[in-house]
Amino acid sequence: MSRASLKVNGQVHAIDVDPETPLLYVLRDNLGQHNPRFGCGLGQCGACTVLVDNRPTRSCLLPVSRAVGKEIVTLEGLSHGENPHPVQTAFIDEQVFQCGYCLNGWVLTTKALLDKNPNPSDAEMRKAFETLVCRCGSHVRIFSAVRRASDAMRRSA
Amino acid sequence: MAPKTPLSRREFVKDAGGLLIGFSLMDATMLPRLLAAPADDAALVPSPGRLDGWLRIEKDETIRVFTGKAEIGMGVQTALSQIVAEELDAPFEHISFVMADTAITPDQGGVGGSTSVAQGGKPLRNAAATARVVLLQLASQRLGVPLEQLQVKNGVVSVMGDPAKSISYGALAGSPDLHEALKTTGDGFGLNVEGAGKPKAPSTYTVVGQPIPRVDMRPKVLGQFSYAGDVRVPGMLHGRVVRPVGVGSTLQGVDESSVKEIPGMVKVVVKGNFVGVVAQTEWSAIRAAQALKVSWTAPKAAFPDQQDLYRHLRTATPKVSKDGIVRGDAAAAMSSAAKKVQASYDWPFQSHATMGPGCGIADVQPDGVTTIWSGGQKPHSLQKAIAELLHVPLERIRIVWVEDAGSYGRPGFDDIAGDAVLLSQAVGKPVRVQWMRADMTAWGAKGNPVAFDLAGGLDADGKVSAFQFTSRALSGTEITPQPVTAGNLLACQLTGILNAAAADEFAQYGEASAEYQIPNVHAVGHVVATFDPVASPLRTTHFRDPNGPATAFAVESFMDEMAASAGADPIEFRLKHLSDPRAKAVLAAAAEKAGWDSRPSPKKSVGAGELLTGRGVGLGVRNGTYVATIAEVEVNRGTGAARVKRFVCAHDCGLIVNPDGLRGVIAANLMHSMSRAMKEEVKFDRSQVTSMDWVTYPVVRASDVPEQVDIVLINHPELPAGGAGEPSSRPTAGAIANAVFDATGARVRQAPLTPPRIKAALASKA
Repeated sequence: MSRASLKVNGQVHAIDVDPETPLLYVLRDNLGQHNPRFGCGLGQCGACTVLVDNRPTRSCLLPVSRAVGKEIVTLEGLSHGENPHPVQTAFIDEQVFQCGYCLNGWVLTTKALLDKNPNPSDAEMRKAFETLVCRCGSHVRIFSAVRRASDAMRRSA
Repeated sequence: MAPKTPLSRREFVKDAGGLLIGFSLMDATMLPRLLAAPADDAALVPSPGRLDGWLRIEKDETIRVFTGKAEIGMGVQTALSQIVAEELDAPFEHISFVMADTAITPDQGGVGGSTSVAQGGKPLRNAAATARVVLLQLASQRLGVPLEQLQVKNGVVSVMGDPAKSISYGALAGSPDLHEALKTTGDGFGLNVEGAGKPKAPSTYTVVGQPIPRVDMRPKVLGQFSYAGDVRVPGMLHGRVVRPVGVGSTLQGVDESSVKEIPGMVKVVVKGNFVGVVAQTEWSAIRAAQALKVSWTAPKAAFPDQQDLYRHLRTATPKVSKDGIVRGDAAAAMSSAAKKVQASYDWPFQSHATMGPGCGIADVQPDGVTTIWSGGQKPHSLQKAIAELLHVPLERIRIVWVEDAGSYGRPGFDDIAGDAVLLSQAVGKPVRVQWMRADMTAWGAKGNPVAFDLAGGLDADGKVSAFQFTSRALSGTEITPQPVTAGNLLACQLTGILNAAAADEFAQYGEASAEYQIPNVHAVGHVVATFDPVASPLRTTHFRDPNGPATAFAVESFMDEMAASAGADPIEFRLKHLSDPRAKAVLAAAAEKAGWDSRPSPKKSVGAGELLTGRGVGLGVRNGTYVATIAEVEVNRGTGAARVKRFVCAHDCGLIVNPDGLRGVIAANLMHSMSRAMKEEVKFDRSQVTSMDWVTYPVVRASDVPEQVDIVLINHPELPAGGAGEPSSRPTAGAIANAVFDATGARVRQAPLTPPRIKAALASKA
């Protein structure tokens, strides 16, 4: 066990865990966050995605020691108070998901994609998403939401 | 914190007294934290024969609805809320649901068969209509105005012509008991109630039929939603299971010293061949499950070589056989047919491979009083299995359903509950078991494989005069669709409790597929026994539209083969063999939307380039829901890779409750069924499933998604609402196979349509 501090959604938390513990379990079990979610533990699906210094990261594989000193943002941390992030607004407006278990990956990957590339082509969008799984098959509405978010963010930029 | 005094059912019922007693105790967010009721209070569970068994009005205007149905990700809570709001003339936002808690909701058979709105909505509609009558009577007394002078709008009863004189539903809460009795009929999916209130005429609907946003979408996207995996119970420990190395392998020994150094390790639990670990933290439990040294006997070589699966299905003596549709004299008509067509089709084992592998929490107390938080679709059935497992009366078991990842049938979420019960019982504390990916993909029950042999005869006019259909489904469902016995659960099978409740289900023409107008038909279904019935990773169960996608793949492909033989356009050929106007209407609507060019398949002019394009159609009819899907595909003739470029789906499920929710369900169904048609096949060796994760069990990814998806909804407000959760899964595989044939002239008769199979079909054609 070792003591460290972890910055999650702007708040600093003191933790005392095995430094090899994947960030996922520290966020869920030590810090009581409901997102990210366990999907495969193998980095193959994206259900456990968080942003680490604004890069979509599989928290099921990242030892917590490597997240220390970085800015970690989870799905809850995207919105400001009651104001959803424009990406979240777009996903709500498009009524994207079925069960929604996968959505940490899709929403946070979209946020990071649009930060880098505000108007991605269809091919760029698909490439950014290729490592994510949505088992229910909500892809068509996901793509619509990305376009909607891109339009909204560019209009307000 | 859990309450020191658990909510007893006596307390619950006393509080619930009548329809209109305020009921703030039942804050839904508290539900998972309440403990099970003492056994002696069990008889007092609210009855479905009472109005307050279905809904209650609270002082803050909340209308709390109790249903045995659960939300498995398709928006059913929103649709049911619309039905209740409609009948009560209450604001949609006032409706709140308590779903599938065996202690406090009616047993409606859980979720299955796309019945939640079609059948499950009926008692809610009738209860809400009756509640409206009761509330009006109360308001009449309170306001001193005759019933006929009252009106209701937005949950407020007012006097016609004098709207200032009014009283809200919430203000009527707390009135004396009314004990409104309801007449109950049927049970399970078919449970219905009727009371004094008669439902509205659909032509007057203002809430049903509207595209109201789903109640769960915003909290889910904002990260404020809790799934089963988020339930935390005070004192809870974490468990993981360690499965045998293959089917039939038995435990030789466990070296507990291999995990004793792991911090927070609590216990290694062994019961027969069931092995699990319990630890203080989740990470410790995972590490312990990985590190635990377990020796097993060599597994049995119980499975055939994968390549022999369909040969096995075709040559094994069936366990049971049953005639399906038999009409005229198919054999005689076949022998006199002008043209004969014969073909065989194969459908593989498939995994539900749920997005989250599933989570269950069990709190088994020393007297057997047990609470389980689970995302399974059949809580009232699971209650029976767990009671048998623990040898306690049913009333001591409470299953609290909490939404988990989309389940598409019975992926194993009940099995997880069994795991959690054994671990909790062993340590005397609540235990949370999160399945790992391989627990789900490799060890979760599977959708069953089917082999089909079809023959058809065409007369001189190119009409089908004879049809012979034979299906051989592996085992149907050797773990029954409802986990009503302990032996149904994987954990129990590992401890030595045998499964005694197998069900045989057939892949029958006309039930699991559309039926065509053919004068001479002989359809027979066989069920072939499974390879090993005990704790097998290839045990089979319901997977979204059981046997439907498989059977429709065979029948719809074969209709195309016969159309090609007759030189007919595939849609015109189908229309010639259909009389049901709704089936014809979906085909016509899809054709119109797609801009279907009427001509026989395959396409005459195959281009010179590497990429070939084509279009195909499939029809699905399921319990009164009609779906026609057209796929436009592009096939790379060098690699055999096919991609769907566009889907057009015309869908008629009777009355549409929520068109936007329905479109979302259909669009997702198309991707899910395309994934099954083109990618999904469980791989196995002689004793173990080798598809364990998303690499070894690939599913649809972003690059596979069609550029365009068009959905045409056909609304029939004059008809009852039908099911929509599964039917649009049904025609997809046939439509894609027919499109590949149209593009290339090569027929792929084995699902999934992988590049090697398409390439092989191209080669054998050339």
